[in-house]
Amino acid sequence: MTATAETRRDEPPKVSPWNDPRVRSVLFQALLVAAVVFMIYEAITNASENLQRQRIATGLGFWDNVAGFGISQSMIHYSEVTSTYGRVFWVGLINTLLVAIVGIVLATFLGFAVGIARLSKNILVACIARWYVELIRNLPLLLQLLFWYNAVLKALPSVRDSAALPLGSFLNNRGLFMPKPVTGPTFDLVIVTFLAGLALAIGFRMWARKRQERTGQQAPVGRVTLGLLFVPSTLTFLLLGNPLTFDAPVAGRFNISGGMVLQPEFLALLFGLVLYTAAFIAEVVRAGILAVSRGQTEAASALGLRPNQTTKLVIVPQALRVIIPPLTSQYLNLTKNSSLAVFVGYPDLANVFTGTVLNQTGQAIEVVGITMMVYLTLSLGTSMIMNWYNGRNALVER
Amino acid sequence: MKKLLVTAALAAATAFAASAASAQTLNAVKQKGQLTCGSNTGLAGFGQPDAQGNWTGLDVEYCRAVAAAIFNDPTKVKFVPLSAKDRFTALQSGEVDLLVRNTTWTISRDTSLGLEFGPVNYYDGQGFMVRKSLKVASAKELSGASVCVQQGTTTELNLADYFRANKLELKSVTFATSDETIKAYDAGRCDAFTTDASGLYSERLRLANANDHLVLPEIISKEPLGPSVRHGDNQWWDLVKWTHYALLTAEELGVTKANVDEMLKSDNPDVKRLLGAEGKFGEAMGLTNDWAYRIVKHLGNYGEMFERTVGQGSQLKIARGQNALWSKGGLQYAPPIR
Repeated sequence: MTATAETRRDEPPKVSPWNDPRVRSVLFQALLVAAVVFMIYEAITNASENLQRQRIATGLGFWDNVAGFGISQSMIHYSEVTSTYGRVFWVGLINTLLVAIVGIVLATFLGFAVGIARLSKNILVACIARWYVELIRNLPLLLQLLFWYNAVLKALPSVRDSAALPLGSFLNNRGLFMPKPVTGPTFDLVIVTFLAGLALAIGFRMWARKRQERTGQQAPVGRVTLGLLFVPSTLTFLLLGNPLTFDAPVAGRFNISGGMVLQPEFLALLFGLVLYTAAFIAEVVRAGILAVSRGQTEAASALGLRPNQTTKLVIVPQALRVIIPPLTSQYLNLTKNSSLAVFVGYPDLANVFTGTVLNQTGQAIEVVGITMMVYLTLSLGTSMIMNWYNGRNALVER
Repeated sequence: MKKLLVTAALAAATAFAASAASAQTLNAVKQKGQLTCGSNTGLAGFGQPDAQGNWTGLDVEYCRAVAAAIFNDPTKVKFVPLSAKDRFTALQSGEVDLLVRNTTWTISRDTSLGLEFGPVNYYDGQGFMVRKSLKVASAKELSGASVCVQQGTTTELNLADYFRANKLELKSVTFATSDETIKAYDAGRCDAFTTDASGLYSERLRLANANDHLVLPEIISKEPLGPSVRHGDNQWWDLVKWTHYALLTAEELGVTKANVDEMLKSDNPDVKRLLGAEGKFGEAMGLTNDWAYRIVKHLGNYGEMFERTVGQGSQLKIARGQNALWSKGGLQYAPPIR
């Protein structure tokens, strides 16, 4: 018995390759890969065969064909006369990005505010925040979007009885019409001054931080930054004699022309997405703050930090470590949920490209494939940025 | 997202479906014991479930006629409500056997979507509806107006064409389903609503105050609406085509639901051939020879179907117009059954 055990320890056991776990694992993995590759190959050939037999057009040839339908909102030039399906793709993508980015920014602010409000010592504030979170979080998003769209449309005055708002704006059931800023030829100088101020402010912050690390002296960073950003650019703006004019909206026969407009579809979608996602972010924020132990606050007070310094320098940096990863998935959710735009008529990617273009060309596989790639890219991109930010905030152990 | 998922699933189904469309549709339908028919999600007069959940309408009755010819039972149809956007993918992927959903026959749909179109069961054209309070008398006055339109329709393209040709400024707002489109128009989001003229009359019934709205006189396009099937199954395509022709021939020969049994004894050779007393036309299609008798026995002829669903017997009260028989000044014409 002992002898066999010793021989086993000295030399590798002599088993047939079939019973060798390493050979086996390689074999099974190879088999799995082969099966997956075979399935993909089968799917592709089968699809192309079926498409060919049914005489369904394939390929990306449709990309350069003229689209020939109208789109209600476009940030880039789009004309139903000359623009191609490819252009429709870009219009849709930009509209998706617009609602996603604006939505993420607003949802973050609202979510942080509500999350902090839930921890408020003021019972009324905490209670309102709690009800908001519980109500919004537990209703389907689509229902909320339809509610906002119909509530917004029904409640607003018709275009001929537009509500006049200050600064030459109008509000009616076609949207919020605002004066459009038109920049004069010298306006670029103002932008250049602003950018220069920004560069100086960043430089000052770095210098102030280095100095604080060296000597412990603090500089009034906030006030200096604000001053550098806005004082020179405002002065330039005034010296150049106000190179910015506004194109005010004017009521026409049917619609209001001129100016710029936030359409009710956009507003309803944005409103719905922001309120919904903010409720989740609020819970993430609350959890993050509660995760910082009470001892940290007490220790900070013992060191003589003031309450706002405690929040800024002790609690928030630690809470962020807990908040950022789930926050990332909320951002991803918001971006993906923006494809519900189709139900409220907002021309996002899923609406104009996966909707109209797919239907007009009939090329489901190509169009759905491209759409999947786009959402995948957007999600992975967001994740990358957030992971980088998370890495910066993660605990650095020395 | 749900729509996207459905489309994605259908695309995947197209990819994985083994040889779906060969000459097998009729056999598959017989085996299933029912016909799966793609229909409207709800368009009065064409395809809509009533209060009891029974589907009614001209397009719906087309499906019932095909079922009657196959099973001698017009109730053996399963209706799958499809939005304009999802309808072709559903047919291509084999989810439905037959699509009768006020679908316009165009060259691109016929040649690049893998479809075959049957005979036109309703000749239509696109029109506009506006509020009377707008004081608009013609579509040419609509420059700068915003127009609500359903996505994925020929309507969407015609609209852009018409505004372009007449140098009008267009602001279209598109929605995925007809429901959302008409609701948005009703809520005042748009000045005008556009779809096929028949659709305007039936959608008008759903507005809060139908009498405040007016259908403009312009018809801006040809919209031949008809059934479609998958490309590559000619036997099935023939059956679908001849169902409509049998309905027309019955009207032409004066064979109705009420007198069809009596007509069986007729001496008229045309009637005999139609009802299967002479010839073996049904067998050639994979049916029984009394196929057309079954259709008329259960559903009547085309004229009866028309009046019951969209004509004088319905809420819509649409005149026959272009949909009258060729012998009465219309466009409905059936090749001879012989």
